[in-house]
Amino acid sequence: MRQQRRLQRRQVVLIKLKGRTISRGCARGEVLLSIDPISFLGSVDPKTGVIIEENHALEGKSIQGKVLVFPHGKGSTVGSYVMYQLKKNGVAPSAIINLETEPIVAVGAIISEIPLVDMLERNPYEVLNNGDFVVVNGSKGYIELIKQETNKTECN
Amino acid sequence: MYLTKEEEQILNGESGETLRQAIEILVALGDIYGADRLIPIKSSQIAGVSYKTMGDAGLEWISDLQGKVKVPSILNPAGMDLQDWKRLRISPEFAEKQKLIVQAYEKLGIQCECTCTPYNLEGFNVGYGDHLAWSESSAVSYANSVLGARTNREGGPSALSAALLGKTANYGFHLNENRMPEISFDVGYSLKGSDYGALGYVAGKLAGSKVPIFHLRCTPDADELKALGAAMAASGAVALYHVEGVTPEICRMDFEEPTEKITIEKSQLDEVYEGLRKACKEPELITIGCPHCSAAELEKAAELLRGKTVLKEFWIFTSRKLAKLHPEYIKTIEKSGAKVVCDTCMVVSPATNSYSCVMVNSGKALAYVPGMCGAEAVYGSMETCVEEAIGETTKKVAKKAGGSN
Repeated sequence: MRQQRRLQRRQVVLIKLKGRTISRGCARGEVLLSIDPISFLGSVDPKTGVIIEENHALEGKSIQGKVLVFPHGKGSTVGSYVMYQLKKNGVAPSAIINLETEPIVAVGAIISEIPLVDMLERNPYEVLNNGDFVVVNGSKGYIELIKQETNKTECN
Repeated sequence: MYLTKEEEQILNGESGETLRQAIEILVALGDIYGADRLIPIKSSQIAGVSYKTMGDAGLEWISDLQGKVKVPSILNPAGMDLQDWKRLRISPEFAEKQKLIVQAYEKLGIQCECTCTPYNLEGFNVGYGDHLAWSESSAVSYANSVLGARTNREGGPSALSAALLGKTANYGFHLNENRMPEISFDVGYSLKGSDYGALGYVAGKLAGSKVPIFHLRCTPDADELKALGAAMAASGAVALYHVEGVTPEICRMDFEEPTEKITIEKSQLDEVYEGLRKACKEPELITIGCPHCSAAELEKAAELLRGKTVLKEFWIFTSRKLAKLHPEYIKTIEKSGAKVVCDTCMVVSPATNSYSCVMVNSGKALAYVPGMCGAEAVYGSMETCVEEAIGETTKKVAKKAGGSN
């Protein structure tokens, strides 16, 4: 616990962007950017969290534990339930950032308790890169880009 | 979006996790669509029932919910007849999962009558101006257009959330400004029976999600309006339409005629019927009852089938309550060898997937059967459907092709 607290104290917020609350809660993780929209029904394997849609920007990549950034959802309303299944299988993204959320992903994120913020004050594709460490605060409607100092040397 | 103190408390989790999640869904959708507040609803109709469309994902979510609905709530069709599922050769595995879904809804206080025509049932009567949270696209269209009520096309989780709270977010078709006609269709010839489904199939593609107003040369009855709306909601995304001189809102509100005007030619409807002649295969399965047959439609089917014997598989879908209310029609229909099936339909049941060509008298089924069941779909009137089933069409096919009603 103490190590964690020390670690958190050493995190530096580089950028804070306000957005719109869609799904409440707060989570953190590494950024995974998708240029393409995502249909949770069909695009993602609910057992593994791997993107299986052919020619998708993230084909073959796992969304598990990531802060998943994509423009918006697409496809069937069953996608909301697939997000719930991902969560129950422990392979859901930790948080989501959208350009503008549509109802399928909004409902899916809420029932799955995945924090989701959209309509950030700056374009997330211009600010964030794959692998960046980000906190998504869905309750308060903002994200923070964190500079994370490497764990072991700092914590020991 | 403005929330009352009580609603804020629910959002903060003071009324438990299920209601917290329910109101979070309504607030998120309200924010996305610019709602100002939550408004009370009279009833809810919940989609997301068939195991064929929901899968294990949906079953898991519904099974985890707690609590009771606050307004009369009813389900959309399931994937099988809940009492006699073996007759359409549903697998026991599917039946087991389907029953679990329905039981999970029942636990929440929802009436487990599974129908796309709730407005035909007691307790779901709808008045002019009533606010609802209904899901099924054809029921939404009927409630908005034919009954003058107000509902958006809710998804399964949002309709269920609305049912649990007795409220929905005030946006879209709940507001006057979104109910005005945006596109005008002129139909310069007389229509009858299945012509309305064919018209809806054509008009829905042209309208997209706009609100159409129809100028017709005849007065459709309730079942014809049901068929028109159902087809437009499937081939397009029409949730509200008006018919000049017929539907209630056009008579009471002062709407302006839209600038976008389209004439729908008779030949466009004939094309819908021509699929039967052009199909690669002969229909192996004949289905009527999309949306579920009304009492009048059951009576008509019974009259057409009286004393006849069907040579092909013939399914007629209706709600269980109407089937119970009219045992005489059911008896006559089933005596012919046709099957009256309740709680489900040709689109959401996996039973349809084992046929390669299906004949329908519904513009909605015509739009959905190819994608949802992997079968070719052809269109004809109820009379043509019966003739096809009893083997009389081979003689008449040249005469019937392109024919109306």
